[in-house]
Amino acid sequence: MSARRERLLATLLEVTVPILALVAWGVASSGSETYYFPPLTDILETFADTWLFERVGSDVVPSLLRMGAGYTIAVVLGIALGLLLGMSRTARRAAAPIVEFLRAIPPPALLPFAILVIGVGNSMKVFIIAFVCVWPILLNTIGGVTGVDPTLRDTTRVYGIDTRDRVWRVMLPAASPQIFAGMRTSLSLALIMMVISEMVASTNGIGYLVLEWQRTFRIPEMWSGILLLGILGYALNGIFVLIERRLLRWHRGARASALS
Amino acid sequence: MAASRSARRRIPDAALPWLCVAAVLVLFELLPRMGFLPREHFPPISETIKTLFDQLGESSFWEAVWNTLQGWALGLGIAAALAIPIGIVIGSSSLLYRAMRGLIEFLRPIPSVALIPLAILIYGTGLQSKVFLAAFASFWQLLVATLYGVQDVDPVATDTARSFGFSRPQRLFRVTLPSAVPYIATGFRIASAVSLILTVTAELVIGSAGLGRAINVARSGGNEELMYALIIVTGILGVLLNLIFVQAERRVLRWHPSQRPGGAAA
Repeated sequence: MSARRERLLATLLEVTVPILALVAWGVASSGSETYYFPPLTDILETFADTWLFERVGSDVVPSLLRMGAGYTIAVVLGIALGLLLGMSRTARRAAAPIVEFLRAIPPPALLPFAILVIGVGNSMKVFIIAFVCVWPILLNTIGGVTGVDPTLRDTTRVYGIDTRDRVWRVMLPAASPQIFAGMRTSLSLALIMMVISEMVASTNGIGYLVLEWQRTFRIPEMWSGILLLGILGYALNGIFVLIERRLLRWHRGARASALS
Repeated sequence: MAASRSARRRIPDAALPWLCVAAVLVLFELLPRMGFLPREHFPPISETIKTLFDQLGESSFWEAVWNTLQGWALGLGIAAALAIPIGIVIGSSSLLYRAMRGLIEFLRPIPSVALIPLAILIYGTGLQSKVFLAAFASFWQLLVATLYGVQDVDPVATDTARSFGFSRPQRLFRVTLPSAVPYIATGFRIASAVSLILTVTAELVIGSAGLGRAINVARSGGNEELMYALIIVTGILGVLLNLIFVQAERRVLRWHPSQRPGGAAA
């Protein structure tokens, strides 16, 4: 009984604490005279004025499209190359030093390179997002493919299953939990690179606006942009987890039945 | 017979990665020289490498490296000093953990770069902004790693320690922390990379002194060789820092099954 009550209390706390934190922010900032920290109510009002829905078409959608394009390219390339490198030991060994080096470069350091070679347009942003997001997916795909149960691997070989079926029916499903882990890491990277690339060179987009507002000291607008980016980060992560849970249901199911 | 065959295979095998690196270098030497890559954007790699060696004698270069490392180290250090104690406290009580989980899950996905404008407002364009951003971003990595580590303690070990009359601090230092160390070590390695990324970002976007700003200055000044040389340097920095943490992890966790030969995770 008491265990149940404790669980109930815990669930209640989990929901109420973030709300309380928000209320605390509202109360602490209400009537704030500090220029840099306007009252939360001001920020929310500005948020509604600024983002709903005037700037959705001019800034939010372009930002999200660039991010989506870069991320999609990274997913396709990362999984394809990961399968290739995962299934061939020779290719993996040959590519290892180059992969290790490119992955270790802090991504923003490549922005000047991308601006120089591609220019400041959309393709530069898509390129830099794709370039940064590809590594976690690539490495996780390699890890997932090389981690396939050796018995399973040998069985497919003994039964003479051809490469196409082996990739689609054995390797990809077996590696998918790890691939998804990489894709999740990359999704937050995609958002980060979207913001940075817009801050450095852009004429529209959420990242561009937030920095522009800071430079022109439009503080409530700046806060509303930060708030929007926070909401985007949270929502994208939430959507991803929902999709992952649905697509990998068979995996969890298999795990659970193997354990019981 | 079998032994000699595997020996013959091993020689090209070990040389393979080096051959591949050499091939890429040759490609980036020849393609710009033969005009397949626009030379004004892609100087031959030999010129970039020459610039890199010239830089090693410049004090401004070492100053930029030092500035970047400073931001990286302070950011990571502050994040660790906050995240590990907070993680231990929250992780040790299941009620406290559940109470904070919603808040953490809400704050963690916020992209740290969204705070760049705020950092400029409060801390200006110097070292403090850089450290604030790096610390904020690494904090979450370390906090979540510590939380996982503390909660993954074998309950039998905790109960055993309790029934042997270990006090709370004793249990913390003898049972909880040692078993959380592998998680915290992994968290450190990831947080180190994140801290470096945010440091370079701050230098690039805000213009704090360091390699990120130097790269951008080289580009806008039309000095492509220098730009590529500095990008290579940040990459080498990333590889070295990662290597240091992998080695440290191995040393600290020598006793842990994952580090023993034939262990589960490499």
